[in-house]
Amino acid sequence: MNRFAELLDRLVLTPSRNGKLTLITDYFRSVEDPDRGYALQAITGDLAIAAVKPAMLRALVVERMDPVLFGYSYDYVGDLAETVSLVWPEPEQSANHVPTLGEVVEKLQSASRSDGPGVLAGLLDNAGISARFAIIKLVTGGLRIGVSARLAKQALADFGKVDVAEIEELWHGLAPPYATLFAWLEGKAPKPKQSAKALFRPVMLSHPVEDNDLAKLEPADYVAEWKWDGIRVQAVSLGGVRRLYSRTGDDISGAFPDLVDAMDFDAALDGELLVGTLPQWTGTFSDLQQRLNRKAVSAKIRERFPAFVRCYDVMQIESEDLRQLPFVERRLRLEDFVGLLEPSRFDLSPTIPFSSWEELEALRKAPPHPIIEGVMIKRRDSAYVAGRPKGPWFKWKRDPHTVDAVLMYAQRGHGKRSSYYSDYTFGVWSGPPEAGELVPVGKAYFGFTDEELKQIDKYVRDNTVERFGPVRSVRADATHGLVLEVAFEGLNRSTRHKSGVAMRFPRISRLRWDKPAHEADRLETLTAMLD
Amino acid sequence: MPILQGMRARDLLRPRPEGLYCPPGDFFIDPVRPVERALITHGHSDHARSGHASVLATQQTLDIMAIRYGDGFAGATQAATLGETIDLNGVKATFHPAGHVLGSAQISVEHNGVRIVASGDYKRQPDPTCVPFEPVKCDVFITEATFGLPVFRHPPDREEMGRLLKSVAQFPERSHLIGAYALGKAQRVIRLLRDLGYAEPIYIHGALARLSEYYESQGVALGLLEPATVESGSKRDFAGAVVVGTPSAFVDRWARRFPDPVACYASGWMRIRQRAKQIGVELPLIISDHSDWDELTDTIVETGAAEVWVTHGREEALVRWCELNGIAARPLHLVGYEDEGD
Repeated sequence: MNRFAELLDRLVLTPSRNGKLTLITDYFRSVEDPDRGYALQAITGDLAIAAVKPAMLRALVVERMDPVLFGYSYDYVGDLAETVSLVWPEPEQSANHVPTLGEVVEKLQSASRSDGPGVLAGLLDNAGISARFAIIKLVTGGLRIGVSARLAKQALADFGKVDVAEIEELWHGLAPPYATLFAWLEGKAPKPKQSAKALFRPVMLSHPVEDNDLAKLEPADYVAEWKWDGIRVQAVSLGGVRRLYSRTGDDISGAFPDLVDAMDFDAALDGELLVGTLPQWTGTFSDLQQRLNRKAVSAKIRERFPAFVRCYDVMQIESEDLRQLPFVERRLRLEDFVGLLEPSRFDLSPTIPFSSWEELEALRKAPPHPIIEGVMIKRRDSAYVAGRPKGPWFKWKRDPHTVDAVLMYAQRGHGKRSSYYSDYTFGVWSGPPEAGELVPVGKAYFGFTDEELKQIDKYVRDNTVERFGPVRSVRADATHGLVLEVAFEGLNRSTRHKSGVAMRFPRISRLRWDKPAHEADRLETLTAMLD
Repeated sequence: MPILQGMRARDLLRPRPEGLYCPPGDFFIDPVRPVERALITHGHSDHARSGHASVLATQQTLDIMAIRYGDGFAGATQAATLGETIDLNGVKATFHPAGHVLGSAQISVEHNGVRIVASGDYKRQPDPTCVPFEPVKCDVFITEATFGLPVFRHPPDREEMGRLLKSVAQFPERSHLIGAYALGKAQRVIRLLRDLGYAEPIYIHGALARLSEYYESQGVALGLLEPATVESGSKRDFAGAVVVGTPSAFVDRWARRFPDPVACYASGWMRIRQRAKQIGVELPLIISDHSDWDELTDTIVETGAAEVWVTHGREEALVRWCELNGIAARPLHLVGYEDEGD
């Protein structure tokens, strides 16, 4: 338990991806089964343990200490799990055995609802501070350590020196605590056989079009499609098992029962998840967000935002694996197949006829639908390959929107950037022009070069008005301020921000040292884009 | 007769704007403004200030003050020997070790059969760089409360340094930057590394150099220390290195000379995750020169004091604990001390 607790403590404070990968792979290397398997399960968010409500936790602790002292402590720390882990009184007799993660998980999983609190208290009695924190996090749900399931799989791949696609392909056929997986990754056993049905198939990804890429390519070798602004999904329904996967192989079926109901076919399809009423209406990305990142969705939301898949590829039909076929042949099979499906839930991503790159560029710049974010270009003869091979598939995105905003606050970065003010909050003008004020509209922490970072850092230090911990407010008024050109992919309405808008994927595209602050954009420019 | 005794105790030591004052002895303990006669517990700047007419402190505290403020830091100085009683206008003053930093002392003040111990800052964990705390029986114990909440429990310092060494081995391409107070904490961290067998040169920020030399001269061996200057190494040379500096230097441009540094911070505050996160610390090291909650409450019991006065820090929780345990207690509102000392 202590090693798992230490891993959590380190992960939560380690900002860099590589740092996290090192910590996780070292853990897999030094910890034995089944503990490392349970740790993996906990990190990927798949560990289900009878939940203990915060009120119960509080009741357990005030049975053991003065409630007033507990109150002072909780006020100070602010986090219940952390407070309880710190103030929990150590029993008179010190534990001669700290429970392992495996023992903790097994005890908690076999506890009934009524003896759950007693079992938890017994575990806390035998653990140190960090281990207590980890145990409480396990029972209250949500580790919040900034590690995605995808990153955990990458760590497995690094640990076993295999491609992450191999892990993703196996993943849904494996059961915790994953002893066969670890044995294979350590070279002690053969690769586990795929036994489960409706497995995830690693997806094929595209490269962005860069300067001069297209000049070298022959338009006739390629097919173009619109790039839809939804999320990439894989709809697999094979052998009576139906699964909807995200592009990283997370099973998201639970949030889309309406769509899964309509998956009465025997195939694996690749497409874009969108919401809307076909064929009339396709919702925006903000509409789609009403349905994302939820375990369950209310009937009302399902009715308002029905989910569908706009299909663009097919990997398997019945027992026939189609991935080796050229794209155009798969496309013909897909067209026939989608024609047989429930039309309100599945439609076909149309292809765009074009004869030259110039013609396609004109189409890309003036797409026929607001939720199109560019075009996809796919080589006619390309097989369906896992990963991101360079050449067969390209994405050519619409140019980003830009706005000129004024730097308002700067926050110190993390890791390599901890001595730099590298996270910037910027605002645009609002109110009457003669008495305007800046309202923050977003935050960005990349898009600039290292040299530009040094320049902005110096500007922030030289123009600080106030400091609040790691944040500095920077002088920004009509006569003085640094104008940043901010590029972004789209705009959502937001009730959380004073400005009423939230940017998608904002980044600094240019520093406008030349531009006076009062010439920066106004909020109306942004709100007009919402409609 | 706690009430009568309390009154007598208050005649012996009482707060004044300058600091804690002893009317019969006519002296202050750790005054924050210049006074005629000051008794000083230890060399941290919120306790030891310059400009007093005369200062009584341990020789090491006097030396440290001279290093920090220059030789003329006081009109006159007198060295107190630990355990030896000095008569000041009929008041018996004795310095006892406090285990806080090199030279640190508690000051016991005795008059007309009442003894008060002003403990200054203290800790009970073993520390290879200073003499350990000695509990002194007294009627009134004046305690700090920097970490006066039950959430503060400092782990053994060697465990913390063990985690540091593990991280150094895990990330050999990065440098580990340890933020530590220039007086006491920095030398303790370095000495702990040596005790754990770390034999590489340790790079230090310029602000630590003179105090570290002084610790060496007092028999605290720190091994090979190198200045962390750009001249002493290129970015690549600091890969895998351990660097110790003052906490403020780490967010400064100074830190940019190190390759992808792991920000570490040796402080009792690192017990609280959010605090570590807020200031961008990647590897918190919970190492403190102050007592944690258990040390505070155990010490109060050991002194046998019938009354406890609580100063700088979170007074209310410790006062509450005393009440629950049948010990009279009150906050002693002294101004000018850091509640945030680490």
